Amino acid sequence: MSDVVTYVEAIRLALQTALGEDERVLVLGEDVGAGGAFRATRGLQEEFGELRVIDTPISEAAFTGAAVGMALDGMRPVVEFQFSDFLTSGLNAIVNTAAKMHFRSGTPVPIVIRAPAAGGFSGGPFHSQNPEAWFLRTPGLKVVCPATAEDAGILLGAAIADPNPVLFFEQKSLYTRIKGEFRYDSSAPLAGAVTRRSGDDVTLVSYGATLHLALDAATELALEGIDCEVIDLRVLCPLDFESVAASVAKTGRCLIAHEDYPEYGVAAELAARLAGELFADLDAPIARVGAHFWPIPFSPPLEQATLPDRDRIIEEVRALAQF
Amino acid sequence: VVQTPVTDVGAPASSVVRESGYWLHLIRAIETAGRRLYLQGRLPGSFYDGRGQEATSVGAALAMAPRDVACPLIRDMGVHLVRGVTCAEMFRHYLGKAGGPMEGRDGNIHLGAFDRGTIPMISHLPEMLPVGMGVALSRSRRGEAAAAIGFCGDGASAGGVFHETLNLAALWQAPLVVVVERNGYAYMTPESKYLAVPELATRAAGYGIASWSGDGNDVLEVRSLVGAALEHARSGAGPALVELFTFRMHGHGAHDDQHYVPADQLESWEEKDPLVCWRAHAERMLGWTTADQEELEARIEQEVRAGLDDALAAPYPPAEGLAASVFAA
Repeated sequence: MSDVVTYVEAIRLALQTALGEDERVLVLGEDVGAGGAFRATRGLQEEFGELRVIDTPISEAAFTGAAVGMALDGMRPVVEFQFSDFLTSGLNAIVNTAAKMHFRSGTPVPIVIRAPAAGGFSGGPFHSQNPEAWFLRTPGLKVVCPATAEDAGILLGAAIADPNPVLFFEQKSLYTRIKGEFRYDSSAPLAGAVTRRSGDDVTLVSYGATLHLALDAATELALEGIDCEVIDLRVLCPLDFESVAASVAKTGRCLIAHEDYPEYGVAAELAARLAGELFADLDAPIARVGAHFWPIPFSPPLEQATLPDRDRIIEEVRALAQF
Repeated sequence: VVQTPVTDVGAPASSVVRESGYWLHLIRAIETAGRRLYLQGRLPGSFYDGRGQEATSVGAALAMAPRDVACPLIRDMGVHLVRGVTCAEMFRHYLGKAGGPMEGRDGNIHLGAFDRGTIPMISHLPEMLPVGMGVALSRSRRGEAAAAIGFCGDGASAGGVFHETLNLAALWQAPLVVVVERNGYAYMTPESKYLAVPELATRAAGYGIASWSGDGNDVLEVRSLVGAALEHARSGAGPALVELFTFRMHGHGAHDDQHYVPADQLESWEEKDPLVCWRAHAERMLGWTTADQEELEARIEQEVRAGLDDALAAPYPPAEGLAASVFAA
């Protein structure tokens, strides 16, 4: 029986398990030796030494490039970016060197890039972003966004075992807020959506921190007699479109909710595919909820007015149900 | 310049002199043929050569140990040839044909094969420096005596990743040898507009790393300097920087007429051509004769002809495999 742990502790335990099980696994990034900005690497350097839990200077381009080299040589580096916003400082190594290497030369690059994403705590424009769509538009990268503590452990283990570059978007707002069982299984598939709530009236597709808003909204809507099915995408690439399609074929109504901007992102992609492939099954237009399309502001009421919340989801679902 | 003393790697064996001459002439012949194809409109994309710089990649590649790796750039064909890419494969690559090292997924002189110790470059410079460092660091931490050569133009030394990587390599004492090819131009821009110091090697002191500098057109000197730097790196003494003075005798690519390069600059470097420089060594050390030279050139001409014929006749890769190439299974 595993302990109930926080989301961030599940990540720490997954790293600890991977380091313990597989000598090829390395952790590197800024402040990781001291435990990392969110304590996800606490105690790991003491346990595994400075050559496996490697402190870096503020040199994202160089240490990400170095990790790509280590991965080419058969190691399994797990790079910690302190905030997902800082991925831009190491972008070439990710989207050009790592992502295209297997396609160009047939050599795999088994690297995991952990990137704390999401807002909700006055992090301002540079500590609150959800940059998953930047990476989803790059062939060769897998993209993961766990919404539960269980998934944080399972998907991190699966990401480390995967032979491809994986962007692992952790949700800062969930780090200490939610708890679950720690589970680790390096043979778990790095794919597949999960139905978190079954329902017949409206399909609510979400992932990451917003999943919890969607589940709250579904509970509230059930009191009004609107029965929502809530799907957690978990892995954004490869996308489990089939699970979403099966649900929407049943309900005929779909809302896609995530913290990232709906414009040009996951919701846009899903909406296009649903409209293209399930046109005859739809009883209402596909709806999207996400952050408003401007930078994430600092001031609490301004940030609140920017990010999606439970009420916006409820409102959109009501409109869908009445359509 | 703070010059690290040169480790005496000894006078090269006559076989090394002979071999280096072969590679220098082979590059010149392949690139001449490739350029002609491009100008005839028979080679897709664009064409880049390293005319005048052949000695840097050949000398550096000949200094590599079997488990060393290199990140060659667009004027470093010598590394690919020395590490086993055949003439036919090179032309198949240029033409985007099946059977090239990148199966048509990439072209120009973007190629590499990890099992041959070469890592395919991306176009963003100098992004390959940390990648090479990572491979060599990974090997050395497993107890292997391996080092990486990261090639870098003097132009790309102005990029932030150059500085990040040298700092990081020094902190980690990583076995990385950065070989700066000081060829005078970053595309159309002369070095006076991108280099604030007369010698790049002086910057090494700022990172606390060893440095060497020398004649990039003398293949034997290059082999000796890079060899010393690689030995330094493999021994665990940390990274090194080698600055090799050379000159880009052609434009950035075959489309570039070099209108911005003064004629006298080209003329003065023409005299220092790496093939001419090598021949002086060969005459002195091997008693190289005109007949030897003619025989070498004839052999290479035949080899290039055969390689080109092979590539021209080869099929293109099938498009069906593209989707399956994106991810490793």
